[in-house]
Amino acid sequence: MTQHSVSIRDLSLNFGNVKVLEHLDLDIAQGEFIVLLGPSGCGKSTLLNCIAGLLDVSDGQIFIGGKNVTWEEPKDRGIGMVFQSYALYPQMTVERNLSFGLRVAGMKKDEIERRVSRAAEILQIQPLLQRKPVELSGGQRQRVAIGRALVRDVDVFLFDEPLSNLDAKLRSDLRVEIKRLHQRLKNTMIYVTHDQIEALTLADRIAVMKNGVIQQLSDPHTIYNKPVNLYVAGFIGSPQMNMLHGTLNGDTFTAEDGTVIPVGTYEFTTPAAAGTKAVLGVRPEHIVLGDDVKRMPFTQEIEIEIVEPMGSDTLAWTKIAGKAVTFRVDSDVHLAVGQKLVVGFDPARGSIFNSETTNRL
Amino acid sequence: MMTTETLASSAVTGSRIEAGPRGAKPKTLTIARVGVYVFLILAALFFLMPLWVMVVTSLKAMPEIQLRNIFQWPQQITFEPWLKAWDTACTGRDCNGLKPGFLNSVKITVVGTAISIVIAALNGYALSFWKYKGANVLFGLLVFGAFVPYQVVIYPLIIGMREIGLFGTFPGIIIIHTIFGMPILTLLFRNFFAALPPELFKAARVDGAGFWQIFFQIMVPMAVPITIVAVILQVTGIWNDFLFGTVFAGRENMPMTVQLNNIVNTTTGVREYNVHMAATILTAAVPLAVYFISGKWFVRGIAAGAVKG
Ligand SMILES: Nc1ncnc2c1ncn2[C@@H]1O[C@H](COP(=O)(O)OP(=O)(O)OP(=O)(O)O)[C@@H](O)[C@H]1O
Ligand SMILES: [Mg+2]
Repeated sequence: MTQHSVSIRDLSLNFGNVKVLEHLDLDIAQGEFIVLLGPSGCGKSTLLNCIAGLLDVSDGQIFIGGKNVTWEEPKDRGIGMVFQSYALYPQMTVERNLSFGLRVAGMKKDEIERRVSRAAEILQIQPLLQRKPVELSGGQRQRVAIGRALVRDVDVFLFDEPLSNLDAKLRSDLRVEIKRLHQRLKNTMIYVTHDQIEALTLADRIAVMKNGVIQQLSDPHTIYNKPVNLYVAGFIGSPQMNMLHGTLNGDTFTAEDGTVIPVGTYEFTTPAAAGTKAVLGVRPEHIVLGDDVKRMPFTQEIEIEIVEPMGSDTLAWTKIAGKAVTFRVDSDVHLAVGQKLVVGFDPARGSIFNSETTNRL
Repeated sequence: MMTTETLASSAVTGSRIEAGPRGAKPKTLTIARVGVYVFLILAALFFLMPLWVMVVTSLKAMPEIQLRNIFQWPQQITFEPWLKAWDTACTGRDCNGLKPGFLNSVKITVVGTAISIVIAALNGYALSFWKYKGANVLFGLLVFGAFVPYQVVIYPLIIGMREIGLFGTFPGIIIIHTIFGMPILTLLFRNFFAALPPELFKAARVDGAGFWQIFFQIMVPMAVPITIVAVILQVTGIWNDFLFGTVFAGRENMPMTVQLNNIVNTTTGVREYNVHMAATILTAAVPLAVYFISGKWFVRGIAAGAVKG
């Protein structure tokens, strides 16, 4: 068995009789960047706090670096943590914020100095070392918070929505910096967010969570293109995946309004009996128009209802098989409301789910 | 360069300004406003009247007081009553004035305030961050304690103090003040700490700090505003205390308030109103000074409970 950096085995956690996490298993490889993604209240922070040792688990085990740390104190687990609200010590300068953990551990002065200046150099906060947290901007505060985890020289970094208090521009800047940091340090990172862009851009693997259960654990490409169930399909992607409800009969999918869509090109993971109620999901960017339509197994003439120019591309609303559908085109393509044109898609790039079990077929 | 720009832009906008309201709205004195001011001034005069009577009486000699013009400024100012109140006024057999009482009060107030605040801060910190078993029960008891009338517990406390041999001693009165200050002070600190972001505490734990390190290095520096509020509450509360001082302090530790009462109620001879007034003002001076000096801090401290960082 290969050794995992972090291994969570059969973890359960209840607050009183509220079950937040149930029988959760997760193995994270050395140096992997794992993103826990899910809606508010699904237990992401709770899981992170369990890994950090800030919450006592109700059942199960946690291994970090091959050692069972289930009963260890946070400081003995070899982790560093970065919080959404920064949680900098307000009365200490940046330098003392960074060195607090090292001073508490009784480390030698010159070693502390060496580590603080290294962290400050990596995060480019040297000019801020003598300031108090109130004198910093949000982005600078978050950098210091990351630095506080950095100086501890730990194997595992835990991030709890570190960017969600920042504005859009700073968020994308720091996102790149975190990615750069990971490439440089190569430690294991567990990153909680409810922002799917962050998840897709940063992660080696994404764990999509719902009600304390991991729905799918895969690399971003698989999560986006081959979601295992309707929940993951709907949660990832903006605008949402288009969902057509209907019945599956061998190589044809009959939508509710009677439109027949040939799905012979689709690779089924599990064979479906004839007459199975199913949902066909198609991403907005997989609906094409113009010359490409000829190569598509399914085509239909539609009328444009709403046009939303997004800058880099344009979003159009229409109806396919009687359902409201969005599709994405290049921003140079001119679309007008009321315009009629032919569009098409290949079900091979879509996803088909069983309506009852909501699982991928 | 800046000036030319401003000039240019103001010249442009200047031509666009029309007649009518412009800039800040002028303040007008309405009848309602005049009414409010008149009421406030009258109220202030009403509450200042007793103080005025006390001050002028304390500056008069006895014969002038017997003329009974209690509001009148003294024809001949004398500081004799003040000296007497401080130095030689008689309380029962001793004739040392308020001096010893003042010193006792200072000792009791300083030690009592310090000890009760240290314990309350620790209590509040432990209650809000270290969710130990029974914390909620303890907190409930403390809140309940804030509503128990003193009279109910005084007698059991007297017996308890006598049993442990501290009745009528300095440690005894300190313990009493600590006990009675505890509910409100703990509430104050608990609410302050509970309003801090819990991540701060989590971050410190990940950094490896323990109970005392988090308390002294992170919580105490942040709790300065609320500590000022607590100090003001305790200083004025303990200084003004009469009941506990009479019952628990013992003769050697009589606080100033008890001595003041003894001076004023000494029934031998003429009633020296001027000395009584001077003694009263002297006794009230400390809490008054605390209010004047700390009013600003007090408001800031109360407000600090609502804001973070
Ligand atoms: N101390 C607590 N006592 C009881 N229930 C709690 C406690 N902390 C969290 N919960 C519950 O546990 C669930 C998971 O909370 P958690 O904070 O892990 O959510 P989250 O996924 O991090 O959400 P968000 O994205 O909003 O941060 C929520 O339903 C919450 O109400
Ligand atoms: Mg959370």
